[in-house]
Amino acid sequence: MLARLFAVLLSVIALPAWAVPPVTTWQTANGARVVFVETRELPIVDVSVVFDAASARDGSRPGLARLTSALLAEGAAGLSADAIAERFAAIGAQFATDSLRDMASIGLRSLSESATLDAAVDLATKILTRPDFPADAIERVRRQMLVALQQVEQSPDDLVEREFYRLLYGDHPYASPPEGTAAAVAALTREDVREFWGRYYVGRNAVVAIVGDLDRAKAERLATSLVGALPAGEPASPLLAVQSLGAARRVNLEHPSTQTHLRLGEAAISRTDPDYFPLYVGNHALGGSGLVSALAEEVREKRGLSYSVYSTLSPMRMEGPFYVGLQTRNDQTGEAVGVALETLRRFVRDGPTEQELDAAKRNITGGFALRLDSNKKILGQIAAIAFYGLPLDYLATFSDQVNAVTVESVGVAFRRHIDLDRLLTVTVGQPSGDGLARTSASP
Amino acid sequence: MTTPHVTTQPSAAKAAVALLALALATAAFAAPEVHEFTLGNGLKVLVKPDRRAPVVVSQVWYKVGSSYETEGLTGISHMLEHMMFKGTESLGPGKFSRIVAAEGGRENAFTGQDYTAYFQSLASDRLEVSLRLEADRMANLLLRDEDFIKEREVVTEERRLRTEDQPESLTYETFQAMAYQTSPYRHPVIGWMSDIEHYSLDDLKGWYRRWYAPNNATLVVVGDVDPPAVRALAERYFGPLKPAAVQSPKPRPEVEQVGLRRVVVEAPAKLPYLLFGYKAPTAATRPEPWEPYALDVLAAILGGDESSRLQSRLVRGEEVAADVGVSYDPYDRMTTLFTISAVPAQGRSMDDLEAGVVEEVRRLREEPVLAAELDKVKTQVVAADVYQLDSVFAQAMRLGRLETVGLGWRTADEYVPRVRAVTPEQVQAVARKYLREEALTMARLKPLPLSSPVARASAPAAIEGGRHAR
Repeated sequence: MLARLFAVLLSVIALPAWAVPPVTTWQTANGARVVFVETRELPIVDVSVVFDAASARDGSRPGLARLTSALLAEGAAGLSADAIAERFAAIGAQFATDSLRDMASIGLRSLSESATLDAAVDLATKILTRPDFPADAIERVRRQMLVALQQVEQSPDDLVEREFYRLLYGDHPYASPPEGTAAAVAALTREDVREFWGRYYVGRNAVVAIVGDLDRAKAERLATSLVGALPAGEPASPLLAVQSLGAARRVNLEHPSTQTHLRLGEAAISRTDPDYFPLYVGNHALGGSGLVSALAEEVREKRGLSYSVYSTLSPMRMEGPFYVGLQTRNDQTGEAVGVALETLRRFVRDGPTEQELDAAKRNITGGFALRLDSNKKILGQIAAIAFYGLPLDYLATFSDQVNAVTVESVGVAFRRHIDLDRLLTVTVGQPSGDGLARTSASP
Repeated sequence: MTTPHVTTQPSAAKAAVALLALALATAAFAAPEVHEFTLGNGLKVLVKPDRRAPVVVSQVWYKVGSSYETEGLTGISHMLEHMMFKGTESLGPGKFSRIVAAEGGRENAFTGQDYTAYFQSLASDRLEVSLRLEADRMANLLLRDEDFIKEREVVTEERRLRTEDQPESLTYETFQAMAYQTSPYRHPVIGWMSDIEHYSLDDLKGWYRRWYAPNNATLVVVGDVDPPAVRALAERYFGPLKPAAVQSPKPRPEVEQVGLRRVVVEAPAKLPYLLFGYKAPTAATRPEPWEPYALDVLAAILGGDESSRLQSRLVRGEEVAADVGVSYDPYDRMTTLFTISAVPAQGRSMDDLEAGVVEEVRRLREEPVLAAELDKVKTQVVAADVYQLDSVFAQAMRLGRLETVGLGWRTADEYVPRVRAVTPEQVQAVARKYLREEALTMARLKPLPLSSPVARASAPAAIEGGRHAR
């Protein structure tokens, strides 16, 4: 394929207040979206290649996306797993793959010195474009995945996460655990993996993010080298819309732990939802900002009921979840859940106070630079911007968007997306305690 | 600081060329220097400018941690760390965190065996907020009974979360208590549950008075700052604090181990887990100066990354392990453990796994490592030394840690040259000297069924049962 690049969407947006280098974007000839930030202070180049090829694409084979991703560096272009690992190590490069629900990503970090970087990119290119999926590696990685599934079984925190997604998303692809299920993982075949890779690891389904000590011309060559040899293919199809639960639901999974772990919430918004900022800022005040959040104040600071209590907003390609989480000694589960639920109810009903909202906005905007103070953080930000199709001026306008949030807009957004009558409550442990009954039925 | 990346046997020539290229590539790049000064009251201040972004990280490190504690008061350093957020004579409980948050900051604290440290990350023009608040709580902490009672409950919840309900952590805790006989490294950083439950407010007041003083602390500031301006702020806020008579902790060295120790932990779990721990010196225990670095290289060759021996031979190759890890910290304050951990592969026995690890240790003792393996570790170390500069937080951690264990921050600059000077003979020598069965402690986690809950003091019957969700 010709190494010719054309700037479909070339644009340069400056970031506010301080001189963060601008974000540049273009497309490779085979349709991969590239985002690039040049930072010259350190002799490092970081690359992330993200495909819409994670567990949301597993279909009827939970674990297929994870297995495919894990196998990439287990043999490529005739090189064995040992040879690949040794070659990266010999040049001091770091390479990793990961696959969750939306994103299957490949990460490469190398020194920017030309011969070293070229060698690192050459090897990563082989892995990305010519994986061999050796039969023995498939069997080994499959067995490792089965062991990892047992690890989940002994961890209450992993169990509550898995059960929460499974029950919340029902028939939607987000219900499928990224780590797979034992039955499905046992049945996966090399053909499944090859077919999955062929469908999803294609140019038009890829995002390449590059940050570091190189110029635009070199970044263009790097992106073309990495993914240019992949067929253009098709972007992954749109995912089904998420159906919300018809009614509140409460489930306990018994586990012989001394604490009960809680997840309480529902499917909320996609990453591009116009209500993102009011929900984000509101969640920051409610439970997204550590010890100073409303939930931490009520559950931990006032009552000493939990070490870690929080709320999380995880917008995804489609409606990702909003949830409250905590762990507490089994016999005080009722009290802890009751206090957390009451805090959530009050927040959804009344919204934040002016003071709470102001504190959240000051924390978010005053600490804006902390989101971009390393190459690794910049890489994560621009990869997400490209993957979710956020505007290229997302970072430039971020603080303005936060400042535009009002008590009213938070209230409206929470009431629109968080239905207190349809909360899913999952516990793992041996919960008991006064007040638990109150939470077990819809109010 | 185990070097995370290593490999096995490529061509020695190729690795040597790569190492040379990296050395040349990074030689032209000069890392910013550290500015050091000490206030009249003994507070050590380290400032390292990093102007890539308008941010600053500020950390206050105290020379106290779980290895300073005695039986009955284990975990008190960590408990005090929690109480440091409960207000001072001029600041109400929780106000510290609210002020930092309103200034756009992120903050927290951490306690280890050898240190207790507090940090804020902020926009660089807000550094003053951090220094004002940290100076205040260094001297004026208010320890109130009502806050203490609640926070002690929080710490018990933290212990349940981190240890009680995690079979591998529980195994590691018992392993540590078995491996060390006289060293305070034998007890967990968070403390034994019974000790936590019986702390008194006076215990905390005593611990605070004993260790929290400017002459027992180091302030580390890394970010977009000018050293003279930091100095002026430090003088202004910390300068007025009075030094205290801080007595050094008693030595409490570990007695020499005189034979293999084995322990089994039975806990509800799905997977077995194997731990090997060999007694090993650190840079702080004054062995031959090259020994800790040879052990660090050894750890990397054995288990540093995907290309290490345990990965290529036990995880791939023999397929006896599903997962392996090797850890060794050359900068612990006292004699430490060179640790190997492993989970058996599906269908493989713990005996097979143990035999596989023993065989790899035997090889290290009996055969010199290949020059190519060594060169790759050195290449990785040169590269990792550059990579860590991407994080202002990591840079501050490195300086604070070394200063606090008594080695001095300049030890950070010695790391790469010391590792690059290690020879195959030295790697074999430390393997023979320290990876000895007489100095080994082995622990196994034996899983009990998860489906039949074991009786525990705080485990009443479930209100809704079933292994499967409904």
